Formats: sequence, C-alpha cells, structure tokens
Amino acid sequence: MQAWLDSLIARGAFGPHPSPDLIYGAAIAIACALVLFLVAVPFASIVTWVERRVWARIQSRIGPNRVGPNGFLQWLADGFKHICKEDVVPAEADAPLFRLAPYLVVLAFILPWAVMPFASSLILADLNIGILYITAVPALTVIGILMAGWASNNKWSLIGGIRSAAQIISYEIPAGLAIFPVVLMTGTLSMQGIIRAQGWAPDRWFLFANPFCFVAAVILFISGLAENNRTPFDLPEAESELVAGFATEYSSMRYLFFFMAEWGNMFIAAAIVVTLFLGGWQFPAIVQSPRLMNLLQLATFMLKCLFLVFVSMWIRGTLPRVRIDQMMSLCWKYFVPISFINLLGTAVWVAIFPDGNRFTQWLMLSFGVAVVLLFLARVVAFTRRARMELYFHPTI
Amino acid sequence: MTPLNYFVVLSAVLFVIGVAGVLLRRNVIVMFMSIELMLNAVNLAFVAFGRQLGNAEGQVIVFFAITVAAAEAAVGLGIIIAVFRNRMTLNADELKLLRW
Amino acid sequence: MPLWLFAFFAIIAVVSALGVILQRHPVHCLLALALALLDIGALFIGLGAEALGFLQIIIYVGAIMVLFLFVIWLLNLQREGLATERIGLKVIGTLAAAALGAELCALLVHAGPAPAAPLPVDYGSLRSLARLLFANYLVAFEVTSALLLAAMVGAIGLARRIPGTNAVAAPPSDVADRLRSAAG
Repeated sequence: MQAWLDSLIARGAFGPHPSPDLIYGAAIAIACALVLFLVAVPFASIVTWVERRVWARIQSRIGPNRVGPNGFLQWLADGFKHICKEDVVPAEADAPLFRLAPYLVVLAFILPWAVMPFASSLILADLNIGILYITAVPALTVIGILMAGWASNNKWSLIGGIRSAAQIISYEIPAGLAIFPVVLMTGTLSMQGIIRAQGWAPDRWFLFANPFCFVAAVILFISGLAENNRTPFDLPEAESELVAGFATEYSSMRYLFFFMAEWGNMFIAAAIVVTLFLGGWQFPAIVQSPRLMNLLQLATFMLKCLFLVFVSMWIRGTLPRVRIDQMMSLCWKYFVPISFINLLGTAVWVAIFPDGNRFTQWLMLSFGVAVVLLFLARVVAFTRRARMELYFHPTI
Repeated sequence: MTPLNYFVVLSAVLFVIGVAGVLLRRNVIVMFMSIELMLNAVNLAFVAFGRQLGNAEGQVIVFFAITVAAAEAAVGLGIIIAVFRNRMTLNADELKLLRW
Repeated sequence: MPLWLFAFFAIIAVVSALGVILQRHPVHCLLALALALLDIGALFIGLGAEALGFLQIIIYVGAIMVLFLFVIWLLNLQREGLATERIGLKVIGTLAAAALGAELCALLVHAGPAPAAPLPVDYGSLRSLARLLFANYLVAFEVTSALLLAAMVGAIGLARRIPGTNAVAAPPSDVADRLRSAAG
C-alpha cells in the first residue's frame, strides 16, 4: 500500500509539495475506518442473529427465521427498523451528554480492534504494550455508560449506570491480574509476542501451561462476561427490574449503538482469552504460501473466538441473573484474592521451571479432555433417558 | 518534532488553570478536581523533563504521583462525604469551623 | 510527536481544563476533567512514555474519575447558583492566578532550550520502568503500598455512618434546621 501511495505522490496526486507522513497517516486512518465498518459492525450485528437462534434452541423455540435464508438477514431488518425510529431525547435530559454517550461506548468497542491479532501478519498495530492498551479501553466504556445513565435523568437509568460502572471497575481488577501470569511467562505485552510464545498444539497453550494459568483463564473469561454486562452479570440492564437500565430512555440508532457495542465486546473478550491462553492464530505450518497460511490462521483464530462467544451465549441461555451483592462478593472476596495467588504461584512456577514443565502440560491436557468427554457422555445419557424429541436439524 | 519546551509551557498553563479553579470556585469538590488538574500538569512537566534528560526517572516519579493521587482522592472524597453529612453543604465559605 | 498533533492535544487540554473551572454543574466539570486527563495520557504517549500513558488512563479515567462521579451522585449535587462566590475573592483570585501565570511565563521565556540527551532504545517501555521501580525505588514502592492501605482504611473510616444515626455527632442548630428541611 505504501508503494501505491508513493507512486501517487510521485504523480503529484496530492499537490506539488505533499508531506508523506500526513498522507500515510490519513491513508491508515481511512483503511482502519473501512476495515472497522466492513468487519466489526456487521460482525457485531450478525452475532445478534446467531445469539437469538442459539437461545431459541436452548429454550426449545425456533427463533427468527423469516428474513432471508434461516433468518440470516434479521440483523439488517433490525438495523433498518432502528434507523427508521424517532430519535427521542427526553425533555428533562441533559441533551449534549445524552447524545454523546452512545458514541463513547461505540468508540470503546471499536478501539480494541486495532490490536486484534487475527493472523501472523494480519494486525492493524502490533503495539508493544497491546494488552495494556486493551485493559485501558474499558475506562471509556465506564464513562460512556455513566454519562448515559446520568444524562437520561431517570432513576432506573442512574441505578443501571452506577451498577454498570461499579461492575466494570471491580471486574477490571481480576481481569487485569489474570493477564499478568501470561505476561510473567512470556515477558512481553505485545499480542503477537504472546501468541508466538505458544504453539498450535493444545499442550503448548498457556491454558495448560500450569494450574495457575488455567485458573487465570477461567477468571479472565468470567470477568469478561461481567465487564460486558452479560448474563449472569447483566444487572445494569436487568430488563425485568430496571427496564434496560442505562438504556431505558434511548431509542433508535443510539439504542442500537449500546447493544452493538455489547455484542461486539463479547467477541473482544473472547479474543483476549484466545490470544492469551488458547494459542491465538497458531496453526501447523502445512502450506508454504504466506498468504494461504494467514488465511488458515485467520480461520483458526475466528473459530476459537466464535466458540467462546458461543459459550457465553450458552451461559446466557442457561444461568439466572445473580444479585448485586453476590456479584460484588464474587469479585472482591474470591476473584481478587485468587488472582493474587495465581500471580504469586506463576512467579514461583516460572522460577522453578523456566521452560515450562511438559509433564504438567500433558497431565492438564488429558484432564481437560477427560472433562469434555465426561460432559459429552452425560449429555448423550440424559438425552436418551429423557427420550427428548430433539429436532437437531440446524436450519429450520 | 515538537520542542519539549512546548510541553512545559502547556503544563504551566494547565497548572495556572488549576490554581485559578482552587481560588475562584467555592464548591469543595470542584476545588478538589482543580487540585487533580494541577497534579497532572506537574506530571506532564515531569515526563517532559524526563525525556529531555533521556532517563525513565521522570516516569517513575509520575508513577508515584499517580499512586499518591489515588490515595488522596479516596481520603479526600471520604472527608467530603463526612463534611457533607454533618453540614449539608459543600461551600468552602461555610466550612469555617475547626470543630462543631 | 509532530507539532500539529501536539497543537491538537494542547488545545483540547486547555479547553477542557477551562471547562473544569468554568462550568456550573459538578458533573459537567468532572467530565471535562476526565477529558483533560485522557488528553494528558495521550501527551504522555506522545512523549514516548507509552506504558505510563496507558496507566494514567486506566487509573485516572477508569478509577479516580468514577470515584468522583459516585461521590457527586451520592451527595446529589445540583447545578450551583451564580452567587456562591464573593466578588472580592473572584477579583483577588483572578489576579493571583494571572500573577502566577505571568511569573511562570517569565521564567520559561528566559529558560533556553536545553540540549536533549539521547534516548535509550527501550525508553518508556514497561520493562525500563519496572527496572527502576524495583531496583532504585524499591523502598518508595513498598511505602506506597502501605500508603494505599492506610488511605483505604482512612476512607472507609471517614465515610462510614455510625449505625443508627445519620450524622457522626450531634449537629449544631443551623445544620439541624437544614437537615430537617432536607428530610421534610
């Protein structure tokens, strides 16, 4: 792309005295904007359709299946419906802040995509402090949600906003601490560096590197659910108690922005776990062509992320909402101390086994495989015993 | 490249704005915010000087300043809550008794 | 950091700092302050202190600002009337701030540009920061942790209600009136 820009500059497309830095910067900015709007936004929207279908199956329903093949275009229909609605700003609301808040939340959802390591050479900016960057972004979400809750001038919104902020700030601490065992082992904060330190085979993933890492991965995933206000931690929205919390007064596109950010953040939380613990894009080098290799890596990364997104939908379809005091005590009384123990334990582990311990890795991997097999066996057994007339056809 | 003097000048401007906030506003919580602004202005100067000298000590000082600011915010806001609960006001002009 | 980028961030910083001291609603002041701090974090990153810039954003914007916001809401602060400041104080305050600004400007105008030392390769990385923090400044670092603990205990002790009462001690009569009017 740089060569193409250079040829354009040489041909005088930007005037007689162009400044190359400015043009490169602008080109990168435009490319980022295009990528984000062509990837991130439709992705977050399509996930809404997937999620509704998955829930429907979990609850023995069919779900949206009218718009397009299997209801696939439901997200477009929803988007158009929201755009066509009136954009209401309540009379007593603080109008400028009320209007600004959804943009902040969407900004916080779009920023982490800049350091998402999709493949070995498919990353927008491989910052050498990539993980720290991703940790800093929820700060914007907090401010945006608090602004939305307060500017709506509505009791439910305010309660929802405060709950959400308290939740995000609290769970940032275990999430941040759960990242550091991996940083301790790799000695780098760059997303690509962390992935390169792992291998494609599951026994080389940090998930199975030592027992502390396994616990850290679980904590990170649950904290990710909590930071994105997902069930069982969806107290800020709590449709049945707070009438959608901070989003009560919002309508039209602004309402859609909040939910797009929520669904997109789900992917980002999954991608962080995949990068840190599940080997990221690592794929066995079976082809020579770097372009093909990158595609395979991209597919690996996306599959892993989508699996975790599916797990979070599964959790949302299965678990009831926790109470606010249960949520806070889970964070402060269990996750934070356990994260500190993890950090200490990993430090000791790295000191004892600087290159990792193969035996533990295999032991943990076989334990994990055994748990998954046991789970599948129980699913099969229960299905038989209940003689459920399950209709497994995926496209009804 | 921006000359580092510019950063120091910006830091001075921000500091003066913070001082003006403390002197002009009578709402204790806004005065407290102005103090945070002054702290950050000084932090900016520290980082600029650290870069000028080419070592990371300026950043370490800022790290400590941020930590102390966090402690200060917690205690300061605790004091503000206690004062408000007793006096039902946050106007600094009305908070003139040493004890009550 | 190129000059135009610096100018952009500097303008945002000054405008939002003015927003902190000029707006009448504490929540608006606070959001202006959050913008100013975010902007200073960006300036840190522009100065090469990347790790510190992100720490600034995490700690200040993510935690301290939200703490302020919670307190403003807890106390249910509303827009201030215009008459909270006395006019004499306003004049003196403005003059004093202007005098300080003039003094700083005079100092900085006379300070010539110092020769910049060469930057080490890993300047601003978390690694270089940590090396200093855990070697040269270890004692200070440990003392900081004690300070944070003390602050936490202090804040909880200060903000705690004595069970069964609304106030810490019996309030004086003028406050008792205000409490009564606030309750009814």
